[in-house]
Amino acid sequence: MALTHDARAARPRRTPVTWVRRGGLSTLVFAMPLLVVFGLFSWLPIGRAVVMSLQETNLVTTAWVGLDNFRTVLADPLLATAVGNTLWFAALALLLGYPVPLLAAVLMSEVRRAKGLYSALAYLPVVVPPVVAVLLWKFFFDARPEGVFNTMLGWVGVGPVPWLQDAGWAMPSLVLEATWAGAGGTIIIYLAALTSVPGELYDAAEVDGASVWRKVWHVTMPQLRGVLLITFILQIIGTAQVFLEPYLFTDGGPANATITVLLLVYRYAFGQSLGGDYGAATALSLMLAAVLAVLSVVYFRLTRSWSQA
Amino acid sequence: MRSSRTTALALTGALSFTLLAACSSGSDDAGEGDGTSGGKTVLRVVSLLPGSEQEAFDAFDEQVAQFEEANPDIDVQPEEYEWKATTFAAQLAGGTLPDVFEIPFTDGKTLIENGQLADIDAQFQALPYADDFNPNVLQAGTGADGKVYAIPAKSVYGIGLHYNRALFEQAGLDPDDPPTTWDEVRADAKAIADATGQAGYATMTQNNTGGWQLTVATYARGGRVQTTDDDGTYTATLDNDGTKEALEYLHDLRWEDNSMGANFLLDWSSINQAFAAGQVGMYTSGSDVYTSLVQTNAINPDDYGLTAVPLEGDDAGVLGGGTLAAVSTSASEAQKEAAVKWIDFYYLRKLTDQDAAVKDAETLVASDQPVGTPVLPIFSQEQYDESQQWIADLVNVPLDQMTGFTDVIFDQPLVPEPAGSTQELYGALDTVVQAVLTDEDADIDALLEQADADVQAILDKNAG
Repeated sequence: MALTHDARAARPRRTPVTWVRRGGLSTLVFAMPLLVVFGLFSWLPIGRAVVMSLQETNLVTTAWVGLDNFRTVLADPLLATAVGNTLWFAALALLLGYPVPLLAAVLMSEVRRAKGLYSALAYLPVVVPPVVAVLLWKFFFDARPEGVFNTMLGWVGVGPVPWLQDAGWAMPSLVLEATWAGAGGTIIIYLAALTSVPGELYDAAEVDGASVWRKVWHVTMPQLRGVLLITFILQIIGTAQVFLEPYLFTDGGPANATITVLLLVYRYAFGQSLGGDYGAATALSLMLAAVLAVLSVVYFRLTRSWSQA
Repeated sequence: MRSSRTTALALTGALSFTLLAACSSGSDDAGEGDGTSGGKTVLRVVSLLPGSEQEAFDAFDEQVAQFEEANPDIDVQPEEYEWKATTFAAQLAGGTLPDVFEIPFTDGKTLIENGQLADIDAQFQALPYADDFNPNVLQAGTGADGKVYAIPAKSVYGIGLHYNRALFEQAGLDPDDPPTTWDEVRADAKAIADATGQAGYATMTQNNTGGWQLTVATYARGGRVQTTDDDGTYTATLDNDGTKEALEYLHDLRWEDNSMGANFLLDWSSINQAFAAGQVGMYTSGSDVYTSLVQTNAINPDDYGLTAVPLEGDDAGVLGGGTLAAVSTSASEAQKEAAVKWIDFYYLRKLTDQDAAVKDAETLVASDQPVGTPVLPIFSQEQYDESQQWIADLVNVPLDQMTGFTDVIFDQPLVPEPAGSTQELYGALDTVVQAVLTDEDADIDALLEQADADVQAILDKNAG
């Protein structure tokens, strides 16, 4: 507040010389590396995408087509499938991928010995390169009765499950791998947040005779609220952009059961050997970005009171 | 304080400019690619499929050495490469293709129209055998202006039915008497699945190869997936009887006989892998696939069998296709010269010159690489037969296990791939094949009707 007040007072006498004297130049120079990196690698491509979404281009010849690309995308029957699949993925990932890391983190924070070992084990999947992980899981997901998972299920008399080879099973299979691959990062965030919960609160709850679950529900959860809200929206944004799993596991199959919005973007741009529809690809990307931006704003508005309470 | 602040400022400023400079120097680096290095013309060429056996690379390196010895001013840099419909456009747009690359026949015309292939007509016409090409084959790489932009190379193939002789024996079938009708294929597939637990019959489903092989199955039953109209436009005919019959056939094998195994997400390379590993009894693919089964998948030659695709019904035919060698538009004149010299040396001279043929075969045999895999003629059939005579003593592929194919292929009518928006058409059929194999209640008529409408919309859009 004081700063803006200062600036306002100084405004009438501002000249280039005073601007330099007051440190404007060094501010600019210090900001330059950041501006250059962001400008070149983030904002320029975003700007190019906006331009490209209004063009029909094969990167050699270019024509302006107005909103045609957006119409093409909206008229594509695959769009509804892709949106539906993405929502389905997000819902499953939320159901499975949101509580599991929290539960794991709470349990791990209760462990007294070899804490580091558990953290390392939980984080290990994040360190495995995603492509390697997917290839491994592809092997596990072998749909034959002698496949790895099916053999294990066979021990308890379940299955065989078709995993990736069935339209109904394919998406849950992808979510299973994605949860395994992504949980580690979230667990570390929760663990860090848990250490900041004041121990006195637990002591007080204990004095009041609270059970473990009451402590978790009435002490841990409210204290983690801020972090939980952030990881929730990050999870939504992340799952809305799911690409790696469907691309590497199934390439959208079987019969488009796992085609997601981002995979559709990829298909528009690169799916055909004779050059893609880059206009449609950027148009759909922008629409996705817009939806996510709106979603984020609405989400933070709705939860503002809760997160500050 | 003052001086350290100035230093920090200067450093930060310098950093920003270094960043900017680093970004803009990309064009300088690219300069190396279009010309020479140490006085030699640098030529990046396609070598083998990623993951090929070391012996195959040894043989390839030996050929590169022979070429460089004969052309001391050219520096050949081999790059592993597999053409895939779903990655090619990204490679082309990203400029990461080698200078000489391979494309299927079906893509030649459009890439030429889009100006995405270099004009190598002058260099091509200088080849001694330029006039000897089978005109039907050469036209795949010829532009509307009559110039040659891509040269038929590597192979022209007809589709064959590949089968695993070991699985045939385990199922009590005679591997020397492969099936000749689709009913026999079905019965044998069931026998293999029941006896061994492996897939008796499998088909590709991904990366547009599902549509490719469904088109094969359609042709084999007398159907066509597309017609060319008098005015040069195309009409999709995906919901024809041949395609329906082919899909019902797959449906029956999958759901009534359960003889297609459990994995239905297969493309060209993954089905080869499964076949070489003994998980697939029979599948259809190009007749030349044996070479990569050896080079990439280490198949046991004793287990391999090749026979003709059964043809049933009027107008039934075998799908034929092939590979073109093309040159990147970013190539300089010197690189284009070098590129056609390489195409001549690596792909074509061995078909037209006895000494080159023998030398090539000897090099391959020395590294235990396959020689004599059946393909179709790029030039005339007489010329093909003659070239096979030159190397007859060196042939090391089990030709006697391929007679079911080689005895009849020149009598089978050869049908080219659909010409309009081929890969999009194949892509639409991928979905249909996947649906039939993973959903017992898939409505074949509705699926084909939808795919037909989708493809027709693409054809109309591309025509307009």
